[in-house]
Order: sequence, then structure tokens, then C-alpha cells
Amino acid sequence: MNINWGALGEVFVVALVAAVVLTTLFAYGVRGLSERETARDQGGTGTLQLTGSVVCFAVCTAVVAYGIYLIVA
Amino acid sequence: MDFSLIVLVVVVAALAFDFTNGFHDTANAMATSIATGALKPKVAVGISAVLNLVGAFLSIEVAKTISGGIVDDTKVTPVVIFAGLIGAIIWNLVTWLVGLPSSSSHALFGGLIGATWIASGADAVHFGKVVEKVLIPAVASPIVAGVVALVGTFLTYRITQKSRENVVGKGFKTGQVLSASLVSLAHGTNDAQKTMGVITLALIAGGTLAPGSNPPLWVIVACGLAIAAGTYLGGWRIIQTMGKKLTEIQTPQGFAAETSSAAVILASSHLGFALSTTHVTSGGIIGSGLGRKLAEVRWGVAGKMAVAWVLTLPAAAIVGALAAVISTQGSWGTVLVGGVGVVLALGIWLASRRNPVTAETINEPEAAEAAPVAV
Repeated sequence: MNINWGALGEVFVVALVAAVVLTTLFAYGVRGLSERETARDQGGTGTLQLTGSVVCFAVCTAVVAYGIYLIVA
Repeated sequence: MDFSLIVLVVVVAALAFDFTNGFHDTANAMATSIATGALKPKVAVGISAVLNLVGAFLSIEVAKTISGGIVDDTKVTPVVIFAGLIGAIIWNLVTWLVGLPSSSSHALFGGLIGATWIASGADAVHFGKVVEKVLIPAVASPIVAGVVALVGTFLTYRITQKSRENVVGKGFKTGQVLSASLVSLAHGTNDAQKTMGVITLALIAGGTLAPGSNPPLWVIVACGLAIAAGTYLGGWRIIQTMGKKLTEIQTPQGFAAETSSAAVILASSHLGFALSTTHVTSGGIIGSGLGRKLAEVRWGVAGKMAVAWVLTLPAAAIVGALAAVISTQGSWGTVLVGGVGVVLALGIWLASRRNPVTAETINEPEAAEAAPVAV
């Protein structure tokens, strides 16, 4: 019997990093949308906040696409 | 019994198992989305079914997952595989009746181990491999997923703490639909694969395929369709347990739980670790419950689930062993086991009708809108 603790640790680290990156990016994206509304309520355009959100969501999508690529390949 | 006839019987039994696997595991991907109201129940199971079907076609390392050295494949015959499948199906149906999200993979492994043990002796089962490939991941995976989900949930609430409630609610509803879809896809690549492996093993054992063959296209199509059909039917009882009874779930939590589960499943498949999707997603839900400032987790329900996890493999092994004792007696034995299996399945289905849980009754009208609390 040869328990592969290294692989288990690797799964843990990879999953933790991936999940933290994804949830953080997505949460900042949502926060950006919220701040955009606040900015618009105060007479601003909110373009900066919207751009930030879009970048967050785009990176999020890219990370997910890479994940799917890993299953398929 | 005619050789090709027994192989046909095994294929039918394997597809029946795949079907129960589908409706048993719908909850893994969709329970939290349904509980938070991010998706309507029927829409959720529809999306999940389609993605399971797609996932079934993406898989590559099929037979490896299932044969994987847990039982000695030179000593396995189609009859033994059949007995193992009957054990797995019956355990899946019983746990569904009581609404417990037990692992379909463990039911399958348990059934095969029990049947092989009885038919070919204990030395045909590689117990070292069982510990390495089944027991260790069973303990580790819910903990890993739980910790990841805890961190993810905490960060999610932290970051959006001062944001507007309506934007947060809407944003994470969308996020949840996406993350749940990813879990469904991962599930298709993972669990449909296991049945394909079993059918391929039976075809090899029956001499239809050369050893080491890849699954033929019709096997992939049949398995994909069976798991998708099962998924669409929806295991509403288990969805209720996962989505409502374990802990109350809000959309940001559901999003974090599913993202974590998907990440754990993807990471482990990529690195060659065989995990149970059921264990991963349950751990994720509990972790997200803890991450929201230790929102109440109903440990009684969690404890009952843990007991079911521990029991799954031995229980399915015992049923599989019994089935093997009878079905290796000859053709009449195999027919008898098949008949008893069908009667039991029918009986369980009839019992479930007395207290139905359906798409209509799964959520009380107060399907919770997300209202993030300060962390």
C-alpha cells in the first residue's frame, strides 16, 4: 500500500487556490457593479467601476475555461 | 447461460445503475441553486441533465477509474459484475428513499468488492488499493472541500460586505447558475465514466472486446443518456436534504460552495485522485455554512450523512456478496437475482409514493432571496 499524500496535498492546494481566485474575482466583480450604481446615484458615470467589474468577470471566465480545458485534454 | 446474453444482462443492469446514479446525484450540483431560488427546479435538473450528457462525451480515462486495480480483473466474470451492480442499485435506491446523499461510486465499488470476494475469494480483492483509492479520499475529500468552501465563503462575504443587497443578490444568482453548471459538467465526466468502465469490463470479460479496449461509441452514448435521464428525473428527496436540511443557504454561499466543489473535483481528476462527487459537494455545503460567520449547520443531519457514508461500501458489499452467492449457482440464480432486484426496486418506488417529494413541493413559497449579512 502506498498512499499518495503528495497528490492529496496537491489537490488541496490547487483547489484552494482556484476557488479563492474565482470567488474573490467574482465577488470583486459584483462589488464593482454595486459601486457603479452608487457612483451613478451620485451623478458620476461609473465607467471606471464597470470596467473593473468586466475585467474581474473576464478573468474569472478565463480561469473556468482553463479548468474545462484541463478536463477535456 | 449463453455468453452474450449474460453480457447483455450486465449492460442493462449497468445502465440501470447509471440511471440511479443520475437521480441520486442531481443534488450534488443543483441542490443549492434550487434552495436559493437561483434556478427553478425543473430548469435546474434540465441544465444538469444536458451538461451530464455533454460531460460523458468529454471523458478520456474511462476503464482506468473503475478497474483501477481495486479488484483483480482477471478473476472477474460478467455474472460477478452483475451481482455487484445489483448490490449498488439496491443501496442507491434505499438511500434515495430516506433522502440520504450517499456516494454512488462507493455503492458501485462496494457491490463489486462484495461480489468478487464471494465469487473469487478475498485475495481477488486488493484491500491495499481499497484503502488507498477509496477510504482515504472518502475521509479527505469532504474535509478538503469544506475548508476550501469555508475560505471562499468568508472572502465572498468580506468583499461584498458593504455592497448593495439587490446587486449582490442578483450577481451571485448568476454566479450560482454558472458554478452549478460547472459541477454538473464535472459530474458527467466523472460518474458516467464509471459506468462506461463497468460495461467495458463486462464486454472484455465476456470476450466481446479485446482486453485494454476503449469503450465503444454506443456504450458512451448509452451511458450518457442513462445518466442524463436519471438526472432529469431529479432525486428531489436528496435535493431537499442537501439544500435545506443541512444548513440554510444564501446565493453567495451557494456560489462559493459550488465553485469550491468544482475546483476540488477538477483538481483531483486532473491529478488522478478518484473522489466521490457526493462527498465533495456535501463537504462544500457544510464549509459554506461555517464560512458565513458560523451560520448554523445542523450537525444531526450531517452526522446521519456521515453514518451513511461509512455504511455505503460495506452495505453495498453485503448485498453484492449475497447476489453473487445466488447468481453464481447457474442461470436460474442469475435470473432470480435479477427478478428480486426488479421487485425490490418496484417496492421502494411504491414506498416513495406514500410521501412524495417533487419539483412542486421541494421549496416552500418563501424561496429565500439573498440577503447578505455583515461578517
